[in-house]
Amino acid sequence: MKLLTHNLLTSHVKGVVKGYPLLIKATEVKVNEVDFNPQFVSRMIPKLEWSALVQAAEELGQRQDLPAELVPEYENNEEFLKKVHRVLLEVEVIEGCLRCPESGREFPISRGIPNMLLSEDEV
Amino acid sequence: MDASVENNVKTVRRSKEDKKVLRKQLKASHTLLKHEGISTAQQPTKSLVVANGGLGNGVSREELSAALKEMGELETLIMHPHKPYAFVTYRSEESARKAHIHLNGEKLQCGETSVTLYLSYVDSVTCEEEASVPLPEGLVLVEDFVSPEEEALLLAAIDWSSTINDVTAQKALKHRRVKHYGFEFRYDNNNVDKDKPLPAGIPRDCLPVLERCVKNKHIDIMPDQLTVNQYESGQGIPPHVDTHSAFEDPIMSLSLGAKTVMEFRHPDGLLAAVVLPERSLLVMKGESRYLWTHGITPRKFDTVPARDPQSPAHTAPDLGTHSNLTLSKRGTRTSFTFRKIRHEPCRCAFPSACDSQGAPPAPSPPSPPSLPCCHADAALLEKEYVHRVYNAIASHFSSTRHSPWPRVCHFLSSLPPGSVLADVGCGNGKYLGVNPAVIAIGCDRSSALVQICAERGFQAFVSDALSVPLQTASCDACISIAVIHHFSTQERRLAAVQELVRLLKPGGRALIYVWAFEQEYNKQRSKYLKDQNNEHPENHSTPGNTPEDSQEPHRKSSIPTSRHLEDNYTPVDNIQDGTEGKLSVHTNRTAFNTQDLLVPWHLKEGKKQVEEESGEGGKKERRKEKSRKTSGSASSAYSSSSIDKLDCKTDPSPGLDSNMSSGAGLDTSDATRSPDSKPSPSGDTSQASSSTLVSELESIPAPVFHRYYHVFQQGELEQLCTQEAGVTVQSSYHDQGNWCVILEKVTQS
Repeated sequence: MKLLTHNLLTSHVKGVVKGYPLLIKATEVKVNEVDFNPQFVSRMIPKLEWSALVQAAEELGQRQDLPAELVPEYENNEEFLKKVHRVLLEVEVIEGCLRCPESGREFPISRGIPNMLLSEDEV
Repeated sequence: MDASVENNVKTVRRSKEDKKVLRKQLKASHTLLKHEGISTAQQPTKSLVVANGGLGNGVSREELSAALKEMGELETLIMHPHKPYAFVTYRSEESARKAHIHLNGEKLQCGETSVTLYLSYVDSVTCEEEASVPLPEGLVLVEDFVSPEEEALLLAAIDWSSTINDVTAQKALKHRRVKHYGFEFRYDNNNVDKDKPLPAGIPRDCLPVLERCVKNKHIDIMPDQLTVNQYESGQGIPPHVDTHSAFEDPIMSLSLGAKTVMEFRHPDGLLAAVVLPERSLLVMKGESRYLWTHGITPRKFDTVPARDPQSPAHTAPDLGTHSNLTLSKRGTRTSFTFRKIRHEPCRCAFPSACDSQGAPPAPSPPSPPSLPCCHADAALLEKEYVHRVYNAIASHFSSTRHSPWPRVCHFLSSLPPGSVLADVGCGNGKYLGVNPAVIAIGCDRSSALVQICAERGFQAFVSDALSVPLQTASCDACISIAVIHHFSTQERRLAAVQELVRLLKPGGRALIYVWAFEQEYNKQRSKYLKDQNNEHPENHSTPGNTPEDSQEPHRKSSIPTSRHLEDNYTPVDNIQDGTEGKLSVHTNRTAFNTQDLLVPWHLKEGKKQVEEESGEGGKKERRKEKSRKTSGSASSAYSSSSIDKLDCKTDPSPGLDSNMSSGAGLDTSDATRSPDSKPSPSGDTSQASSSTLVSELESIPAPVFHRYYHVFQQGELEQLCTQEAGVTVQSSYHDQGNWCVILEKVTQS
């Protein structure tokens, strides 16, 4: 699971109001090199919850010097885009779980895949 | 004959413009022929390929041959079943030339429709004779067993007008009329009440015929039960084995009024199509009675051997040769099935099919589930017949789903760069990479399929399509390709649409594909139907060129010409008489005759692991008694031996398409795209052993899994979507046997 995916996921347990962002408890994290495409990254940024991304990177110990606030005019800031690229697309959680911030329900991540299935009484 | 031909072939003087069009058409027909592996010759020869003049597009042998004979004496005329072309060889090259000049581009009137013939020379006509399959062991067909006078007498002996509640139990089964004598055959348990004989025994008029049966040693003991079935053209009976514990061996069936084609299937997949001429007697004994199923495909035309006036015998096995087939229009056939009630348990040599020896009750699919009537049932049905199946077949399934469908790709390509796309029911992820400029994420109910997505470098997670863990209004676009047809109630199908709409931002668009009940639309048969004969078991998964690798409707041996399909349009609910409410099992590559059904997936050999996982792999294999292995070739429908399982496997799932979507490598979505493979709300994670999945019936070499589908009728998808407020249907269309809509979430809502 890349942090891009994490940024889109939310807890959907019945009754939960604030299921976002999911907390990450990782036991195995990998950083894979991915081709850098500044345009793609800069188009992605407006779609993100920035604070959730920063928090997730922090939880994984991968924040490095990613700023807490989105920098202005990032479109042309290649250095910044590279940092975002790394956090969003190169850092991957292989094993661990996602935890609903409200209910505490944990969703396992195994072989890089979050399993978000709910049981009958959770939907 | 000549005169009529004159009328049939209209010669029109062609303008320059027309000629141009003709040239283009010819070129197109060459291209098509090339795809079929037919190469045309530049120089005139004695042989021609006649494009459009095939049984596959509703041209009968008689019609074509009459037109061709106008041009000279024929040596051979070969018409393969289902093919849209024929080969003709003239005695002389000159005749062939003449045919080329006069018939090329001309219209041939056949029945109510007409086709335009395109002729090209070919160097040689290969006449691959398929090994014709022998009749099932123990099967005897006696032609002309009764005289026309006796036939009339017997038909008159049955009083169909008798009151409905008559104890003789005239049953109005949906697909035929039935009347019982001696004992009533009960369709609820496929057995007879042996202690409750009917007041009316076998009609007297049958006695001379039965006595002849004894005299000719077809039977030793007089039967005491008679079932009369009357089939109108277009009606049939699902494949079944007469319940062992109910009746002795043999079983005799007299065909009156009209001929038909009965299909016999061995559990190993062998298929023998047997022509039953009017006034013939069929005796099913031994293996043919106990092990092979027999049934009649509902249709209006059969492909049968052309009857050569010289040789009266038109025995069934003859169907093996392709060269001499034609279409036969079905009339009203009445069958008299004579049976002897069995009073002791059956001790036949075929325990796998014997209810006395512990096998599940006769009529095929062991025990198909019923259509759910409540939410919990629906969830359970989907769990067993969708979720578990996709997990079990994931890798084989994925291998058959590689080519994205063009119109889905077109939708994906139309998304602006940077769009967030959710592929709900992403299967093996085949649509996740189509547009690398969008942020694509997939989800699927099948963890095995999601794993395949991940291996391909896509972002995907496991979730149910009814409860997708993405924020409301977070997506610019959603796709749901071949997913929603796996939900077993209207409420759940609607809930699936609602969930997609929830994910969309205002102004966002969703593309939905579901498998269509109508596999023929605007006179075009879907790929699923068309692939019925040329599927090769091994390569079906490979032909990656067709977008829709998968669709699958009608049965192979039938000849679904347009005429026949049209007549069968109205969906009926269940072809399995007698098992009211049970879902019927679809025959792969055939037209649908019900909207809710189970579609078999034949796992490729070699993927045995599944079998191990499935709790009951064990018993089914026992039927190997004859293990006729079907390995490759024969797929041609008609002749007898086509191998069922082959065909089916090819196209596992109908509407499924698969997709990968965009998302340059971002997503891992899961795999196969088949429709959502299994979204069930119930959300059980368990992938428990799929004990119920493997069908006992077909089994042998490759396990068979059944997936539940609800196939949509025209307009149904739009209607479903418009129930959801806040969206508009932007467009809807039919694409290769699927109904498709593009929805847009309205801005204010």
